[in-house]
Amino acid sequence: MSASTQEAIGHFGPYGGRFVPEALINALDELEAAHISAMADPAFQFRLSELHRTYTGRPSIITEAKRFAERAGGARIFLKREDLNHTGSHKINNVLGQALLTQRMGKKRIIAETGAGQHGVASATAAALLGLECVVYMGEEDTVRQSLNVARMKLLGAEVVPVTQGSRTLKDAINEAMRDWVTNVETTHYLLGTVAGPHPFPTMVRDFHRIIGVEARQQMLDEVGRLPDAVLACVGGGSNAIGIFHPFIDDASVRLIGLEAGGRGVDSGLHAATITGGTPGVLHGTRSYVLQDANGQTVESHSISAGLDYPGVGPEHAYLHDIGRAEYRAITDDQAMEAFSLLSKLEGIIPAIETAHALAGAMQVGQELGSEAILLINLSGRGDKDVQTAANYFGIPL
Amino acid sequence: MSALAALFEKTRSENRAALIGYLPAGFPSKEECIMGIQAMVNGGVDAVEIGFPYSDPVMDGPVIQAAADLALSNGTGASDVFDIVEATVKMGVPTVVMTYWNPIERYGVTKFAAELARRGGSGVITPDLTIEESASWQQASTAAGTDRIYVVAPSTTEKRLPLVTAQCSGFIYAASLMGVTGTRTSVSGNARELVARIRETSSTPVAVGLGVSNKEQAHEVASYADGVIVGSAFIRQLQESSSIHEGLEKVEALARSLSEGVRR
Repeated sequence: MSASTQEAIGHFGPYGGRFVPEALINALDELEAAHISAMADPAFQFRLSELHRTYTGRPSIITEAKRFAERAGGARIFLKREDLNHTGSHKINNVLGQALLTQRMGKKRIIAETGAGQHGVASATAAALLGLECVVYMGEEDTVRQSLNVARMKLLGAEVVPVTQGSRTLKDAINEAMRDWVTNVETTHYLLGTVAGPHPFPTMVRDFHRIIGVEARQQMLDEVGRLPDAVLACVGGGSNAIGIFHPFIDDASVRLIGLEAGGRGVDSGLHAATITGGTPGVLHGTRSYVLQDANGQTVESHSISAGLDYPGVGPEHAYLHDIGRAEYRAITDDQAMEAFSLLSKLEGIIPAIETAHALAGAMQVGQELGSEAILLINLSGRGDKDVQTAANYFGIPL
Repeated sequence: MSALAALFEKTRSENRAALIGYLPAGFPSKEECIMGIQAMVNGGVDAVEIGFPYSDPVMDGPVIQAAADLALSNGTGASDVFDIVEATVKMGVPTVVMTYWNPIERYGVTKFAAELARRGGSGVITPDLTIEESASWQQASTAAGTDRIYVVAPSTTEKRLPLVTAQCSGFIYAASLMGVTGTRTSVSGNARELVARIRETSSTPVAVGLGVSNKEQAHEVASYADGVIVGSAFIRQLQESSSIHEGLEKVEALARSLSEGVRR
């Protein structure tokens, strides 16, 4: 655990903590203890790195995007290829770590929430690999717009429960998973998919994703001979961003830039840019920035990307924002889709629409910093799951 | 002496438990909510718990979720909650608010406690506020003189239980089972054991909630607890009635039946 951004266990400045029913405290304490002991246990670390090497396909490579760079002010651009991981995104890093912890705690059942379906697919995959029962909660609206991923989860042996409460999206899937957990906590681990939720989730999920930044930092030194000027990543809950940011936090020369989902524009109210357009509050067990109204009710978010369509954000991002160590900008649906199209046509890489927000951010930052600059982007996921959404957007008949 | 302390002193002297009824503010509408509370009080409810409807109620089952959704779609906010508190206090029963933490934080922690006290409210039940995150709330509620009611669960460890119960005043909310709100066919056996464990740590009255819906269950819980909390069962009377008048009659009848149940 790095002490660089943590004032007290479980808190990031005024953010983080635990705002949960008392019924869950014992399970969170057990999880915290299991996490701490596992991180210090060479046998656990060996098993996890073996899975990274022989199952996920780590280390993931970095790719220089030379043609795309011409559209970004000529700055050199490097892509950290988390899209090449098994299951197609960074999500597998955290899932394998938590699935091994589930075994370590002697539990046989995992539950997970999912928006776009990437975390659900990764969870179902890890459950299949390790012989765990898996139930995935998914907002009914998301089961429709990501029906392919629903089928994938079922093929992997998971049960998918469509959530019909509230806005029927990721936020409500998390509520329903929390209710399951309160009821079945003795046998069940809640495999939360992002760096939000009550302590120890923000710290633990970050620790399992730090490998992205650790690898990328060394790869930049090996391939380019210096650190990048800026590291960019998309931010919904913020797991891929914290994974690549965290090992660079003490490198003062490296700007850390998170790209939030600006939807149809932050001023329109139809967005998911929680830090850019939200206020401090409590949601899903943690204090962070939240999209909320004057009564403290959560406001529905909007994004073309189901994986960023969340009205909260990880508490460590809130803290990095407040202390000025990281910057957060909003990218609109249209800007993201332009970058999505450019990377596909100029580099032969179809990114996830989530990731396309980071690429659009790189186009802005590259223009600002000029051709001497070097940018590192976390290419957090591949776009196979988004083909239907993109085809609709670009008017390609299916 | 606080209104809740006086109530439990009275019910103890009458050899019975207190009956505590719950309705979400603004359900089915602001006026009908007050009528529903009046019906509960007419039927014999001793204290009232008013829910602050919230968009993400992770401790609540489908019945309270649906009621809260309706209340929110009616535009229910903090001022309505306080108006309903004031109306309930005028009916002559101790009144507490049950709310998730974010609406308090958004309203202003000090301001919320002060406004509740000004309207005559006795205290607040905070189901997702842990004692570790309670510094500002302890300060504000102490300054306003309102009771702090935390929820303890069957999974609360021996080591932690006295730390939580020491922070409670008015009463301690014992969750009868591991789960969300809603009616159950039987009251979990964990409840009796939990109440016994709580009593070893505190002399504050203990009320049991989650899953109690009828006279028999109320009678069983009253044999070992100081208070019996009923929520979803009252809401269902209103949800399942074809008119508000029918609903109010059923609420009053349920309250009357439950209040017979809490007599030992």
